Amino acid sequence: MTLNRRDFLKISGAGAAITLTGCATTQSASGPRAHVVVVGAGFGGATCAKYLRTWGPNIDVTLIEPNDKFISCPISNWVIGGLRNMNDITHGYDKLSKYGIKMVKDSVIAIDPGKRTVKTRGGSTIGYDRLVLAPGIDVMTDSIKGYKEAESAGKVTHAWKAGAQTALLRKQLEAMPDGGTFLMAIPGTPYRCPPGPYERISLVANYLSQAKPKSKILVLDSNADIVSKKPLFMDAWTTKYAGMIEYRPANAVQAVDGSKMTASTEFDEIKADVLNVVPRQRSGDLCALAGVRDPNANWCTVNFATFESAHVPNVHVIGDSVQSGLPKSGHMATNMAKVCAAAIVELMAGRQPDAMPVVANTCYSATSGTTSGYVANVYRFDAAKKEYVNQPEGGATPKGDAANFVFNESWAKNIWADVLS
Amino acid sequence: MYKKIPLAIASFVGLALSGLAGAADIHTKSISATCLSCHGPGGKSLGAIPSLAGLEKDYFVKAMKDFKSGARPSTIMKRHASGYTDAEFEAMGAYFAGLKK
Repeated sequence: MTLNRRDFLKISGAGAAITLTGCATTQSASGPRAHVVVVGAGFGGATCAKYLRTWGPNIDVTLIEPNDKFISCPISNWVIGGLRNMNDITHGYDKLSKYGIKMVKDSVIAIDPGKRTVKTRGGSTIGYDRLVLAPGIDVMTDSIKGYKEAESAGKVTHAWKAGAQTALLRKQLEAMPDGGTFLMAIPGTPYRCPPGPYERISLVANYLSQAKPKSKILVLDSNADIVSKKPLFMDAWTTKYAGMIEYRPANAVQAVDGSKMTASTEFDEIKADVLNVVPRQRSGDLCALAGVRDPNANWCTVNFATFESAHVPNVHVIGDSVQSGLPKSGHMATNMAKVCAAAIVELMAGRQPDAMPVVANTCYSATSGTTSGYVANVYRFDAAKKEYVNQPEGGATPKGDAANFVFNESWAKNIWADVLS
Repeated sequence: MYKKIPLAIASFVGLALSGLAGAADIHTKSISATCLSCHGPGGKSLGAIPSLAGLEKDYFVKAMKDFKSGARPSTIMKRHASGYTDAEFEAMGAYFAGLKK
């Protein structure tokens, strides 16, 4: 096999660009410096910024994030279920300062990949050698008729980005009368956190079975079946919450009405006391702004060895926005962030990145206030297949138990600390 | 078929051109760092999940091989250990042994 010139340029493009812009070819801290801008300080972005500084002494890192605090989606279902409060899932960014990361509290409103600059709402123009986008998801509220109005009126929530809606949904559950109906609608795959809806249903059932046992949970799932950890959740729903949960597969919500408190599918209009309707999702809008979202599609194709966009050079995408067979989880975002950071450090030093990266996912879900189960998988990059291949022996626990609940708590503490300190 | 060159070959070409063998080292750093998402920053756990920092290399390698074979019972570690090679266990073991407890 021989390489033609175009192939060679494709392979060495990143290295060539570095030589042209005069960036570092050695890794000593005194060498020429490079600047990486990371946009979004969630699980992926904050991790990437931290590990870029840890491994790349010559790399200056600017981390742009509009929010003051990190609010974790993992464990946010525990807040909705009343097992934890908002403070437990809210963390500061202050401990990242020891890595020499420049934090900028602002939003990116324009990206110029030609000039390699980003513009912020606050009026700054910031140049980059490489840009990492970690915007999470955009919830497509337009895809459901009446959603935006009902959401603005506080009558429907998705609570699929932890924050104000998490707290609101908890309040609505507390205000719900005994004998009321909690309706949860689940979008079609792919969406953020595949087991998330089913964990939420379990923890709402856990709360209602104790506080309001005459209540009912109606689940309208756009998917044909439970998409993640089915045996785990079915076990909990049939043994712990028997009779409380009605699960309707292949039922997509098409419209909501906040004044009537109804959700409509193609079959029914259903009234509920609490409407928790999660719309379909796509890569964060920042991805469209940067031109890295796939044409006529929702997600972003990347080179899996570097997480560099397939469409725009020097722009990397990590986390939920990536088009892949990998689960869209906070844990996976941290693993992508580490592979991406390692690759950028190598590229900036004029070396080839690891050609065979490995990522893993670990995802615990609580099924009650004392039991959890997990799913765990290792994925190795296969260059010939151009995808991450799920390794043997990965999988989920069939039943929740107390030991995994303790590990679930420990996992959360450790991953928050790894991301933020 | 010449249009799709496997990255492994691309990497080999790159290494040959640059004369630097950084890939193995960054692979170890990167896969070891992915463990810390559960086991805590710097390999130091804040809770029930065990710490990795400062573990003796031989202990780590044996534990991982035993998780993989099933000789050592586990909740989640058989699923993780099964995804890595013996050579990676050795490299990760050396890496974690070098982290301060």
